[in-house]
This record gives sequence, structure tokens and C-alpha cells, in this order.
Amino acid sequence: MKKKLKVSDLVEAFKLELICEKANLERLITVSDLNRPGLEMAGFFTYYPKERIQILGKTELTFINGVSSDIRRERMDRLADEETPCIIVARDLEIPEELLQIACLKKIPILRTSLNTTRFTSKLTNYLEAQLAPTITMHGVLVDVYGVGILITGSSGIGKSETALELVKRGHRLVADDAVEIRQTADDALIGTAPELIQHLLEIRGVGIINVMTLFGAGAVRIHKKITLAIQLEMWDKDKNYDRLGLEEEKIKVIDTHLPMLTIPVRPGRNLAVIIEVAAMNYRLKRMGYHAAQEFAVRLSEAIEDDAD
Amino acid sequence: MIKKIVTVKLKNGLHARPAALFVQEANKFSADIFVEKDEKKVNAKSIMGIMSLAINPGSELTIIADGNDEEQAVISLSALLSKSE
Repeated sequence: MKKKLKVSDLVEAFKLELICEKANLERLITVSDLNRPGLEMAGFFTYYPKERIQILGKTELTFINGVSSDIRRERMDRLADEETPCIIVARDLEIPEELLQIACLKKIPILRTSLNTTRFTSKLTNYLEAQLAPTITMHGVLVDVYGVGILITGSSGIGKSETALELVKRGHRLVADDAVEIRQTADDALIGTAPELIQHLLEIRGVGIINVMTLFGAGAVRIHKKITLAIQLEMWDKDKNYDRLGLEEEKIKVIDTHLPMLTIPVRPGRNLAVIIEVAAMNYRLKRMGYHAAQEFAVRLSEAIEDDAD
Repeated sequence: MIKKIVTVKLKNGLHARPAALFVQEANKFSADIFVEKDEKKVNAKSIMGIMSLAINPGSELTIIADGNDEEQAVISLSALLSKSE
């Protein structure tokens, strides 16, 4: 799922000056890449990335002001393509008359900022990447246990929220209960947050909705957290084989990223919070280079070889 | 799997109490049920998920059910949303 980003959102976020009032601000921005049309100003339109936002800085404008009005008009006409979401001029520079006329006619927004081109470009790239990142909402609970972002999933009523409560009581942090908004950043990291309306809230059957921040303090919650481990809770099924060794690693795909996943069977008498705490610590240990199961497998095979001698 | 688009007629939309009723109803079925609003999809059996959508009267929802009793689930849940008192 991709969010729809309009030019008007951009105008608001960066307080851009709209030059031609009639322009269509409902145009959609679909890519996070930008373009500084330097070669295009010189007439080379072969690889013109027209779907991108075009940014005109001092270099481009100085160059185009140096050519004759006819050529300027022709190039501006090609620059203001039907597909181009908007054209932004940096440094509060003067806008060529030809560009204004053409863009107004085509209703393509011409915007202006007082920032210099490089600064504005980097700010805009950050903003676009955050806004256009693919997102989904997942049913589950997101907690931060010893610094590991754990997404607890499982069917309704299995005890996800109760486990989260126990974890919070043990000093860990709640990010989101029941609905987790997950965004995939440019470097394939998954960042989870709570929908604003239910931030800090936890629903415990029989008690109702509680506010974890007011009950346990600001240290018990987090606004967002990178998800590194998924834990699936499920009813104990005696016919199913659960991992007894920890040598295999299961994966779950969220958006386009693969997360390591553990399946933990739920049965009366199993303290899930402790199990999740241990899973988090074990995950950190593995990251630091110590893999208990593998280490043991090596020891076992050595013992077997010794015996054979 | 079946899908149905429903317009919410409840006077206050899906406020806390109606949301609780809705989730209670959804939990009676064994099918997996989801509610989608403006491209946001949540589990219909989770009260926090449903409330996070802040469903207002007049909004259009898609109910998606998958499982043995999917048809009854969609019928009874859409009836609940279409009630106007």
C-alpha cells in the first residue's frame, strides 16, 4: 500500500510560495527522487525524468536566462511536462516569464522557497522518503525488550496484550497494542509506531483500556521502534513440532523485509513474558556472535567423535 | 473469502461502546475478519484496531471475511453498522 502525496501537502510542509494561483495542487507525487534539470536546460531531454519534482537553482536559471527567449520558451515547455508534479525554484530566485506562462496554462504548480538549493533538496528527499515509504497495519503488539523491537503476533485472545503488560511491569517498553503501523524505510528497516489515537493504550480483557504511560511512567513507552524479531503465539498443538534446538531460523515477510520469527506455543503455566525476555536476550547474544545451539552442536559432535576413537 | 462495502449509519459512528459491541460480535465467528477504511486494514476482532480507525458516521468500510462462517459474519457485522439508532 502506498500513501497518496499531493503537491498541496508539500506546500504546507515546507511553507512554499505558490506562484500561479490557478495551478492544480491535487497533483500526485509518486516518486521520492528529485531532478535538477541542468542538461535539460541545455536542450538534452532524451533521459528527462519527467515524473520527478524538478528543482531549479541558481545554476539552471542563470544558464536558461542566457539563451534567447524562443529557445527558453521551447525548453520550458518541455520541462513543464503533463507528468511533472511540480517545479520548485530555490533561493527566492526570479522565475522566467516563459516558464510562468506555460506552467499557468498547463496548471502545473510553480513553487518557490527561500532556502538554498542543496539544503532544500536534502530536506525534501528526507521528507519524501518518509512520506512515500510503503506502510501496512498489522495486528499484533510491539514491545521493546532489552532494546530489541519485538512484534508479538497471534490470534485474538491468545494473550498478546497480557504478555505486553507483564513485560511493561518488568521494566520493558510498550510501543503499540493491537494495531501496529509499520513503515519500511529506504534501507529495508521496519519501523513500527502506534496509530495516534491509541498511543500508550493497552486493552486488557476484564479490566478495559489502560494508559500505560500514566500508570507506569514515561519510561514504560516508546513512540517508535525498529522491529527486529517477530514472535508468533499460538495455542499448543500436540501434533505440531515446535523448535526444540534453535538451530533453524524461521522467517516472516513483512512488506519486502524478512524478519526472524519464533513460534511459541501457549499453554497454562508457561510464563510468556519470561520466555520473550529470554528470546530477546538470546537474539542479542546471537548478534554478538555467540550462538548457544550451534556451540552445543559442535560440542556434541566432538563428544561423539571422541567416543568413536 | 468475501468482501462487502458498508456505509456506517450509526449516529455516533463507531464510538467506544458500539466498537466494543462490534468486536464482540466479530469474535463470535471463527473466520478471519478484517475491516478496511481508507486503505488501512485492521483485525475486526481487536477493539484497539477498530477504534484506531476512528470510524465516523457516513464513512465507507470494507468488511473482509475468510473462513467457514464468512458469510454469516459479513451479514451480521454489516447489519450492526447499518443500524441507525
